[in-house]
Amino acid sequence: MTSFEQQIVDLHDYLLKFARLQLRNEAWAEDAVSEVIVAALAKPQAFENRSQLKTWLVGILKHKVVDALRHHSREISGLESGEDDNTDPLEWIAFKADGHFLESPADWGNPEQEMNSKQFFMVLETCATQLPQTQGRLFLMREWLELSCDEICVELNLTPTNLYVQLHRARLRLRECLELNWYARTKIA
Amino acid sequence: MTLLTRTCKEVAALLIAREDRHLGLADRLALRFHLKICDTCPRFERQLLTIRQAMKQWRNYSNPE
Repeated sequence: MTSFEQQIVDLHDYLLKFARLQLRNEAWAEDAVSEVIVAALAKPQAFENRSQLKTWLVGILKHKVVDALRHHSREISGLESGEDDNTDPLEWIAFKADGHFLESPADWGNPEQEMNSKQFFMVLETCATQLPQTQGRLFLMREWLELSCDEICVELNLTPTNLYVQLHRARLRLRECLELNWYARTKIA
Repeated sequence: MTLLTRTCKEVAALLIAREDRHLGLADRLALRFHLKICDTCPRFERQLLTIRQAMKQWRNYSNPE
């Protein structure tokens, strides 16, 4: 193997992590990553460092992942039954009758303060992995593929209202997961 | 609900909505006023901003590895 080939093979697991998180289907994820590797090997390029190579490969991966989402859009847009009911996601937070928070949200401090913590990002990734399938896919389409809500609605044939509800649930779940597994813990420690 | 008055529950809904859609001017103004006089909603806002910042770093692969 040339060193270029070796470098690409070495990044296989790294690529698979993102593909899995976004596609939530082992076979689709492996297919997408294999296609990235085939495409990359067909067009060898010189990179000054590993991080540039990663960026290039992730760029190809995003296209392959969008193709996969499009290809499987029917399976994806059918929201799993039993995955949360139709309640307003805000019902998960308790409010008093007059509209005040029943319990004040925890103080997470400055939004920048955890951004150098490797452990924080590990918890974040775990929390994202634990999102229910549909919510996770939609949330990653927004936050990783950086698609607009309009684009997601068109690709998956969803109504904006439905998409927003799913995204808001995902955000509230992520918040709760971070609170439990990061903020509440670091406070105790 | 008067023009610029929102409850914490309404503000929480707007703060979450803001992550995915554009808010109208009246809502943006109401948010700004409410966040100035409220003790609890700014905490909720900082939680959402933390997630926003973290996802931004994560998707740009600039998080520490």
